[in-house]
Amino acid sequence: MPEATLTSVPGRELDAPQLPGLVRATWLVARKDLAIEFRTRTAYFSALVFALLGLTIFYFAWDPTAVAAIDLAPGVLWVIFTFSGLLGLQRSFGVEQADRAMDALLAAPVEREAIYLGKAVANFLFVAGVQVVAIPAVALFYNVPLGNIWLSLTGIAVLAALGIVAVGTLFSAMAVNTRLAELLLPMLSLPFFVPIVMAAAQTTSRLLAGRPESEAWPWLRILLGFDLVFILACAIAFPYTLDE
Amino acid sequence: MTTPSTGRDETARTASARSRLAAAEAAQGRPALIDGWIIAAALAVIAAYVRVIWFTPAEATQGLAQKIYYLHLPAALNAYLAFGVVFVTSIVYLWLREERADLVAEASAEVGLLFTTVVLVTGPIWAKPIWGTWWTWDARLTLTLFLWFIYAGYIVLRGAIVEPSLRARYSAVLGILGALLIPFIHMSVYLFRTLHPMPIVLKPDRPSLPPEMLHTLMFSFAAFVLVYLALVRARYRLSVERARVEELEASLEGGR
Amino acid sequence: MRAFGSRRAVDGVSLALRGGECLALFGPNGAGKTTLLRLLAGLLAPSAGTCLVGGVALRAEGGRAARSRVGLISHASMLYSALTSRENVEFAAKMYGLRHPAEAALRALKAMRVADRADTPVRALSRGLQQRVSIARAIVHEPLLLLCDEPYTGLDEVGSAALTEALGERRAHGAALMLVTHNLSEGLALATHAAIMRRGRFARYEERARVDGASYASAYRELVTADA
Repeated sequence: MPEATLTSVPGRELDAPQLPGLVRATWLVARKDLAIEFRTRTAYFSALVFALLGLTIFYFAWDPTAVAAIDLAPGVLWVIFTFSGLLGLQRSFGVEQADRAMDALLAAPVEREAIYLGKAVANFLFVAGVQVVAIPAVALFYNVPLGNIWLSLTGIAVLAALGIVAVGTLFSAMAVNTRLAELLLPMLSLPFFVPIVMAAAQTTSRLLAGRPESEAWPWLRILLGFDLVFILACAIAFPYTLDE
Repeated sequence: MTTPSTGRDETARTASARSRLAAAEAAQGRPALIDGWIIAAALAVIAAYVRVIWFTPAEATQGLAQKIYYLHLPAALNAYLAFGVVFVTSIVYLWLREERADLVAEASAEVGLLFTTVVLVTGPIWAKPIWGTWWTWDARLTLTLFLWFIYAGYIVLRGAIVEPSLRARYSAVLGILGALLIPFIHMSVYLFRTLHPMPIVLKPDRPSLPPEMLHTLMFSFAAFVLVYLALVRARYRLSVERARVEELEASLEGGR
Repeated sequence: MRAFGSRRAVDGVSLALRGGECLALFGPNGAGKTTLLRLLAGLLAPSAGTCLVGGVALRAEGGRAARSRVGLISHASMLYSALTSRENVEFAAKMYGLRHPAEAALRALKAMRVADRADTPVRALSRGLQQRVSIARAIVHEPLLLLCDEPYTGLDEVGSAALTEALGERRAHGAALMLVTHNLSEGLALATHAAIMRRGRFARYEERARVDGASYASAYRELVTADA
């Protein structure tokens, strides 16, 4: 039979594999990560419990006569959002390091960026999953009418989650290769999370106070800009964090 | 034990490597860090402060406390200069993979952290007599605080990685992302402040300076730039020697 | 040439391997065998010089098609311990763009005699079984270049036989094999060529037919102990 070269196998054209493009590869990696998370559910559950515990602690640390719930709740919401997000990000690249599964990903015929994007998508869904429970919990515990602004709140949550996940996924990839992984991830990420938390909290409190949406717009602009810049920058930076 | 010819080459090579390692380690401890640059910088700073303390009039409303401003502002400018250098050398490293760029970044980051700390310490010292409070979240001070966080993260990151090329790559990525963050922090803090007006007793941010004070300020700034260059240079030399020691250690292990 | 810092792990290696051939690579620890394999798998880029597989640089733009025909086996399993064997191999099949990933996965698992544990999470399997699943993962896309780094580690007789059979099957389909092992007899059994690597270079490289087992063994021992 004619010699097979590395890129073609005679007689097998019909069955020839179709190499996954960026979108498909991203989806495959994301689904794989979600399948792993679903199988054990421990990380999700831990993040959820952590968020609820945090809300509880803040509640008991609060003097309702000094500060109104409506002043406190937005800050608490977004701070808890950030820290529970970090829990999810911690485990993101841990699965790849365990049995050197990362090698298999790197040897595969997919673009490197797909690995980053796939994990970012999985992390985004993880964070969103925690928020779906945590945000109603805030409304419940602190008795704030978040339901009135639920549409805008969802939008803010999506933008904030995108920012957190963009930066956090990249730093997770880096931190996992260092000696201080659990310490480094928060230490590196939190300065980057500050503009996100500020924008989200300020917008939320304005909307809750019934202020016109135009007042929230400057903050949203910052948040949008942040997302755009950092999703792009981190996706570009990711291949540099891999061994070359 | 029999020593075939290859064995003897081994011993000779190992012996020379060990002696080179010993020499490099000894070089690290030598006080050769005090050199012309450091002396010049020290003299410049002393001259600047003589001028500040004795030859510059006190500011009318703020009094003597204002003189710390001559320390505060140049330190701040140098802290940002140092970060600019980290940013540029990070790009250079990722682009050219030139190890020296990484070593300059390391030196500049540590010196930058030092300057940033000076800013954060002198800020409150100045603020207390003027505004009656130790810390204010004014735009510049807050931005400098974040700069401090980024520097600290950068240095901890470097400390947590043993392998030199990985360390250089990761640091470079952080250096670039950190620089991208600064404008967003600035925008956020500025927006925050315009909506939360701070009590402003005077306009301490931009005092309109009479020429004498301006000259002192520029002189002080020049002195600080000299300090920056001298410190970075010394730190860079330390980095280079440390890198050489690391390499020799690695080659010794590999050659075993 | 590939260096880590100033240490040259692989220096001045050139070899040409055709389909159907099998190169057995021996050498002491730290000789650079694993680095060479990682270079050929496209996991590392050369510090200097070129690394072409099938005439293509795997790490470059056009390398994806070439990477899709390369398989890698190492002593790390590269599996996700929370997922089942089937899921692991199917994931690999999909990442390599196979049109019928489920069937291909099952076929590969059967070839490695581990299909009966297809739906067991990998972490519940013994080391040897995990290795078999890992090999199934590596061959599911029918690679034309199979790079094996100590693949027999941890395998029992059934597993070793399955592996040898799978390697033979790949060779029959025109694949080239590169086998790194410490086990001289195992390596030489499959090889058409043999090489001993030392300090990043090939100390010996010849056709298997010219190698006499006993003298090769003693030459190898001498080279290995000279480094100690």
